[in-house]
Amino acid sequence: MSLSHDQVQRLALLARIAVGPGETDAVLAQLNRVLELIEQMQKVDTRGVEPMAHALDLRQRVREDSVTERDQHALFQSVAPAVERGLYLVPKVIE
Amino acid sequence: MLNASLSEISAALATKAISSAELTRLFLDRIRALNHALNAFITVDEERSLAEARAADARRAAGSAAALTGIPVAHKDIFCTRGMLTTCGSRMLANYVSPYDAHVVERFARAGAVLLGKCNMDEFAMGSSNETSHFGPARNPWDRRLVPGGSSGGSAAAVAARMTPAATGTDTGGSIRQPAALCGVSGLKPTYGLVSRYGMVAFASSLDQGGPLAKSAADLALLLEVMAGFDARDSTSVERAPEDYRRDLDRPLAGLRVGLPKEYFGDGLEPGVRRAVGEAVRELERQGAITLEVSLPNTGLAVPVYYVLAPAEASSNLSRFDGVRYGHRAAQYDDLLDMYCRTRAEGFGAEVKRRILIGTYVLSHGYYDAYYVQAQKLRRLIAQDFAAAFARCDVIAGPTSPSTAFALGAKSDDPVQMYLNDIFTIPAPLAGLPGLSIPCGFDDKGLPVGLQLMGDYFSEARLLNVAHRYQQATDWHARVPKDAPL
Amino acid sequence: MSWEIVVGIETHAQLRTRSKIFSGASTEFGAAPNTQASAVDIALPGVLPVLNRAAVELALRFGLAIGARINRRSVFARKNYFYPDLPKGYQISQYEAPIVQGGTLAIALAEGEKTIRITRAHLEEDAGKSLHEDFHGMSGIDLNRAGTPLLEIVSEPDLRGAHEAVAYARALHALVRWIGVCDGNMQEGSFRCDANVSVRRAGEPLGTRCEIKNLNSFRFIERAIEFEARRQIALLEDGGRVEQQTRLYDPERDETRAMRSKEEAQDYRYFPDPDLLPLVVSEEEIERVRAELPELPDVRRRQFIARGIPATQAAQLTSSIELATYAGLALEGASRGTAPAIANWITGPLSAKLNERGIGIERAPVSPEQLRQLVERIADGTISGKLAKEVDDAMWAGEGSADEIIERRGLRQISDSDAIEKLVDEVLAANAKLVEDYRGGKEKAFNALVGQVMKASRGKANPAQVNQLLRVRLAG
Repeated sequence: MSLSHDQVQRLALLARIAVGPGETDAVLAQLNRVLELIEQMQKVDTRGVEPMAHALDLRQRVREDSVTERDQHALFQSVAPAVERGLYLVPKVIE
Repeated sequence: MLNASLSEISAALATKAISSAELTRLFLDRIRALNHALNAFITVDEERSLAEARAADARRAAGSAAALTGIPVAHKDIFCTRGMLTTCGSRMLANYVSPYDAHVVERFARAGAVLLGKCNMDEFAMGSSNETSHFGPARNPWDRRLVPGGSSGGSAAAVAARMTPAATGTDTGGSIRQPAALCGVSGLKPTYGLVSRYGMVAFASSLDQGGPLAKSAADLALLLEVMAGFDARDSTSVERAPEDYRRDLDRPLAGLRVGLPKEYFGDGLEPGVRRAVGEAVRELERQGAITLEVSLPNTGLAVPVYYVLAPAEASSNLSRFDGVRYGHRAAQYDDLLDMYCRTRAEGFGAEVKRRILIGTYVLSHGYYDAYYVQAQKLRRLIAQDFAAAFARCDVIAGPTSPSTAFALGAKSDDPVQMYLNDIFTIPAPLAGLPGLSIPCGFDDKGLPVGLQLMGDYFSEARLLNVAHRYQQATDWHARVPKDAPL
Repeated sequence: MSWEIVVGIETHAQLRTRSKIFSGASTEFGAAPNTQASAVDIALPGVLPVLNRAAVELALRFGLAIGARINRRSVFARKNYFYPDLPKGYQISQYEAPIVQGGTLAIALAEGEKTIRITRAHLEEDAGKSLHEDFHGMSGIDLNRAGTPLLEIVSEPDLRGAHEAVAYARALHALVRWIGVCDGNMQEGSFRCDANVSVRRAGEPLGTRCEIKNLNSFRFIERAIEFEARRQIALLEDGGRVEQQTRLYDPERDETRAMRSKEEAQDYRYFPDPDLLPLVVSEEEIERVRAELPELPDVRRRQFIARGIPATQAAQLTSSIELATYAGLALEGASRGTAPAIANWITGPLSAKLNERGIGIERAPVSPEQLRQLVERIADGTISGKLAKEVDDAMWAGEGSADEIIERRGLRQISDSDAIEKLVDEVLAANAKLVEDYRGGKEKAFNALVGQVMKASRGKANPAQVNQLLRVRLAG
């Protein structure tokens, strides 16, 4: 299983990482190396094995429904790239 | 004092032989002298450290000293610290100051520790050599031309070079144990869930676990008591009664069953590593331990499994770095999509981007079952291997890394070569098991070799006991690196 | 051959919790931007989600109310996509193992009841809001809503046409408010629907569907589906084909259009959220929630129908627990046959007045018992329908019960034949011109005469008797 240029560009778009035309070859080669490595998994027959998502077999805990947070937006927004009137600013969102 | 154990430092502070301010000054001077060469710290704030030290002295004078009062500790730069940079070794967070403290940072503060600074690391903890750090690699104090290992390479180098008495690290696939081995220090990765992940910038959430790095197992035990503890803010934090990890340190090893996985002693092992680890096993036997061969048959699959699961989780965990609420934002862009793509292309380094792309791929439509689900199934088989082994032995011993420290740049062109360096440290986090690495000798080049001990869930006290007994009989852990003489 | 319009509805019902699903921030509506967005909600590095117990209980309550299967073990998954109002770059939702699966909702149609199958209902978090007013060519992001608990309720494509879709949405809206899981406030976005619309010729397999997003009123649901169906039919009749799309309804233009942001094919890369463990629900928990469930609207609706109230009106009366409670009390002990009239009075004059004054039925000044008495006085001929309005106004003004007001104001209807005869004769004598017109074939003149008699009686004469007597006299 190896990736094509188009696939790399599609992954890059899904992941929102610009991969310039000059970089695609190098990225492709390295991704294919890694895919070769993980391809080794396919040789094992895992029928009947339950997938393991967590190291410990524990249940989700719940918290009580109470408001414990106070307004800290000024502090939080002190590290934001662009803010106005309490809002985070981003390039125009088009729906 | 630079070379003293935590209990020695504690005693000196208690008897007023030294003040925390003096002690902190000592380590800050050491950092000043060595950091330009070793690059173990990303951030040091002398004023803040000294202020904390003076406050600790005042508390001690007032008679309220806690376990670590006045003792300087450095944090891996993955732990969020209020009022001090938390960069995670990335350009993305190069100027990021967290508005809150990580649970681990809080616990050290509550125990009285003085925050000495933030240690260098592979970017977002992705790497085994510290070379992926945006701030340049930390160097190995045994030979500055070599890597310190990673991702907690700065923490390991700082402890090895005696720039700090102790440091925190995180381990996802070996990021505490491997740099500990390569730098000749002791490092512990606890059972998953023992140390809260709250405020630890996430890499692979189901694997990440914080833990201590120090000069000895006894120090690790004390540090683990500070770090471990239930935290309601982390859903994966385990509710357990606090444990005294020093209680069994001196317990004799007679009758201890030590499993030696045959897969850990195969062909890929450097001769120097094989010799030192073999010698260490014989020391355990001399102390009455019984060794037996065990098998962890799926060890060879651990690296492929890890490089599906960890990038998958990482690809999602790192989506929040989008230039909207914090962190780097590209200066120029055409529109929203372009802002995202450029911000992330500029903010992340090559290895992080590679793993995000791999993770995106293995989760994408049509590949999910073949990669992600298959990896989760193999993860179970790997965990079952350990369960079978621990039915026959109390601890598993083997090499931490197949090689000693390697040269900067030696493996950075081939990601897979780099990944395979973690073959012995990846299985434990996949199973969620605790593991530690302690120095067990040197190879022909004079580079430290690490002995890895793995145990069943929550068997940290036992692992520390074995490590401590070993360190009582050897002095490998007390050796000072030649490129950072005292 | 005619077209069949097939609709499935996905509803996002905001769960009535004080705090968010994974953080302790308030869910209160209308706060200043980002003042209710906690570290977890804005996805600061290092933060982690912890599940709100109330969100789980409300989901259980809904599942039990629709007779669904409760998955004893459900799993939270991450739905990955980039959007500025989605701080983590993924939404925590449930994918393969939702907490509620199956179940049904009955909707009342004029032709009878129809059972709509529910596919699933799962817990998830809401996103923030993008404000499109202009900030020097930028958009503003408010994350107060981010992390608000939602129950996404997905129906099977069992609905045929806009009318059924609206009936379903109304029934669901009534249910979630009835059982207290959602406040149902559509203006504030607490109850939003997406409609999956396709068309086919009878007997054919399902056509390609388009999803219309964020319909926040029943009227918009109806209009959007109608427009979308027309659009698809026109396409197909022109020999074209429908493309699977996500579309937005524009109420001002009354049309749907494709969403630009969704043009790029999505791949959400769902996978179990490693920060959250499997959600396990115990039998005891389920039984406790079941025991707390009120009697459901279906049961009440069927009771109303059994008393002779038309199905759609019964549905209207069960659109809220308060209204149904009022109607139930008003109908209690009502004499046989007056139930429909009581229902009419509630959905008619009473509702109109409540709306006018903007007050809820639980604060209506006229009690259910008072209303019943009024309707019964009309039915038994004590007062005329016309005077009933006067009595009603007096009751609203707090003048007492219908009987008291009728007595005090002397509004009792005159049904005494002698008295009416006298009035009729007087009117006939005084209106020779009208009598002449009527006899000349002008039917209108008759109505004018009736009016004169009623006027003379100050509205109290029994109109049926007046009619009858007038006919007799004029014929004579």
